[in-house]
Amino acid sequence: MSLVTRGIEKSYGPTRALAGVDLEAEGGRITAVIGQNGAGKSTLMGVLAGAVAPDAGTMSLDGAPYAPRSPLDARRAGVAMVHQELSLCPHLSVAENVLLGRLPTRGGLVDWKEARRLAVAALEPLVVIDPRTKVSDLSLANQQLVEIARALAFRCRVLILDEPTSSLAASDVLRLFARLRVLKERGLVILYLSHFLEEVTTLADRFVVLRDGENVGGGDVDGSAAGGTPRMVELMAGRAIATLYPRSTHTPGDVALSAGELVVRRGEVVGIAGLVGAGRTTLLRSILRANGTGAAPIRKAMLSEDRKAEGLATSLSIAANITLSRPASRWGFFVTRGGDERASRPWMERMGIRATSASQKVSELSGGNQQKVALARIMHDGADVLLVDEPTRGIDVETKARIYELIDQAARGGKAIVVVSSYLPELLGICDRIHVMRRGELGPSHEASALDEHALLREAAL
Amino acid sequence: MIALGRHRWVGPLIGLVVVFVLFAILLPGQLTKPITIMTMARATAVVGIAASGTTMVIILGGIDLSVGSAVALTTVVIALVLKQDLGVVAAIVLAVLAAACAGAINGGLTVGLEIAPFIVTLGTMGALRGAAIGLAHEQRVYVDAHGIDALVLPTHGVLGVPLAVWLLFAVAASIAVLLNNTTYGRQVFAIGSNERTALLAGIRVKRIKIITYAVATGLAGVAGIVEFGRLTVGDPTDSVGLELAVIASSVIGGSSLAGGEGSVLGTIFGAMMMTVIQTGCSFLGLASWLQMILTGVIIIAAAGLDRFRQKAAASRVRSRSHNPRKL
Repeated sequence: MSLVTRGIEKSYGPTRALAGVDLEAEGGRITAVIGQNGAGKSTLMGVLAGAVAPDAGTMSLDGAPYAPRSPLDARRAGVAMVHQELSLCPHLSVAENVLLGRLPTRGGLVDWKEARRLAVAALEPLVVIDPRTKVSDLSLANQQLVEIARALAFRCRVLILDEPTSSLAASDVLRLFARLRVLKERGLVILYLSHFLEEVTTLADRFVVLRDGENVGGGDVDGSAAGGTPRMVELMAGRAIATLYPRSTHTPGDVALSAGELVVRRGEVVGIAGLVGAGRTTLLRSILRANGTGAAPIRKAMLSEDRKAEGLATSLSIAANITLSRPASRWGFFVTRGGDERASRPWMERMGIRATSASQKVSELSGGNQQKVALARIMHDGADVLLVDEPTRGIDVETKARIYELIDQAARGGKAIVVVSSYLPELLGICDRIHVMRRGELGPSHEASALDEHALLREAAL
Repeated sequence: MIALGRHRWVGPLIGLVVVFVLFAILLPGQLTKPITIMTMARATAVVGIAASGTTMVIILGGIDLSVGSAVALTTVVIALVLKQDLGVVAAIVLAVLAAACAGAINGGLTVGLEIAPFIVTLGTMGALRGAAIGLAHEQRVYVDAHGIDALVLPTHGVLGVPLAVWLLFAVAASIAVLLNNTTYGRQVFAIGSNERTALLAGIRVKRIKIITYAVATGLAGVAGIVEFGRLTVGDPTDSVGLELAVIASSVIGGSSLAGGEGSVLGTIFGAMMMTVIQTGCSFLGLASWLQMILTGVIIIAAAGLDRFRQKAAASRVRSRSHNPRKL
């Protein structure tokens, strides 16, 4: 059993997610696919599982050409993916979920006895659960095993696991690993996506590193120099473009924000690094909600990582969005469109928002310009503390540079800024100090000038 | 041992018993008379049969507002066909077919144009009502009932139970088996629970949806036959607002409007509970506005209780996931 890809390419607009990926995975071995955020892991797995159509490249399964048109098509060919967000029918029983879409019948009616037998058989290498249990009554760890069992019931030959441990407790992680080893012995091709290098060295037989949409190397996981974590970190890190980041001197003022380990002064940019699911966004939200202890109330504003769902009201105009939290009102309540637009125009100019006018709908703008509108809103808000979550996700390099400049300007203007980002070069480029967050715990503060990507990766992923 | 708590119809049954006992105490000897019980059962037949269909749609994650109009249309179609002397069988078959076609249109528009079923059926609610009024030339269609009225006559019952009530039992039992013990029925639940997952598992979601809407409105047609038996005329202005009573029965009966859960048995208990309240209130001489308020309170209480139950269950699971059970 083997899965091979040759020259897989995929672009989203100007962003090149995959730039010709060659990958080989054999049955009876667990292949870990690692890489930083945005390295193209998820896109590649989407291609393998039939959810993303590649622009170029070929794939083969046991030597036969493999080109799935949909996830269902991929499942029928024997390739199943278990996502981070589980896709189960919570109201149905375990047996029904395992046999979804293929319940056995007898004389036109569902043969429940046979269904339970088949479900128990599919669950056998994984876990002992009463197949009549309702799925929503199971723990998250067991729900995940049910989903793997469904893949097995579909007679899958290739099992793709996307960050399967991100929401599991440590004991459940070990249990999952033991189960995956059993499946490996049965000859399945197992692809395992993870940020945690510790997991990769414990579980995987081989590793492959993706960086900027390319397979930049890999090897056997054997604890040797060529197969250990230092090499993985080295391959994952790559190089940063220094000129992208403005390097002006910040002069920190009074403490504007103090929350446990995290202390931020006015005129300072503090970064929080960490893996997806480390709890960074939760931390930002709790800071946003918490009341200041000082005499004067500190105004805080947050830029959400989820621009479309939380950051913007996309069906409204640019002006309405920029003035959302501080309307240009008269007598405290009377708002006119003209007033909002007058208040918005200086921001549009400063941010370099490309639009026909301030009354244009935000949904008509490009992702980068939308992000600038979201940033303009928290700047217009006049808050002292800016909490910025993944400020450059999914936007082009030019806009990124502009956003870095704006963050720098805001800091020089006396704002206290906290930046959460999964893109390490960006944090190293714009922050004065950086904390690493790991499984819900915020680590100590480091001077950014004394750090590099290796150090951050080691602290975050080991 | 049967774990009673696992079945969604248990709560509604307890509710029904409580309400019945309450009114039986308030009205000693009156509510428990066989004749009263028969009258109440008969009064539940139309709502109950229609609600069996709507429950399927609600489990699917949809909604059907066109039920009342479909019932009215059916009574008109039966009357018109009987007027042409085509016979009772033709009248019944054509009427149910007309309703099922209307349901297939509901499903087809929902699936094909990807419009929310609330909007689609809001539209067909008006359109079917208009069609009924147009077909009937804006008046009631008077015709000899050709024995369809026997469905509701106590004198024509079997074992003292009117035929309409037997029909309700038959419909409810068949739909219960269809939902719980056929591949089709389980796919209805799967789609309502998580449509994307159902699609990924190869379930033909669009087809199942169209079939379900067709069956549901077809059952509104069956309810329409009973309604014609009661009215013995084709009345295009009949059953205005029936869809709300039907949805209320389903919700009291434990269906979730978010889809994925519900039971026909629960729905029937829900429909019966509403009848008991109405009958009990009118026996007590309470004004109809009081009945309306009481019914409203019970609908909201049923949904609120269900929400509470789900939250409790969710927190139970959360605490469990921190202490995984030994295997």
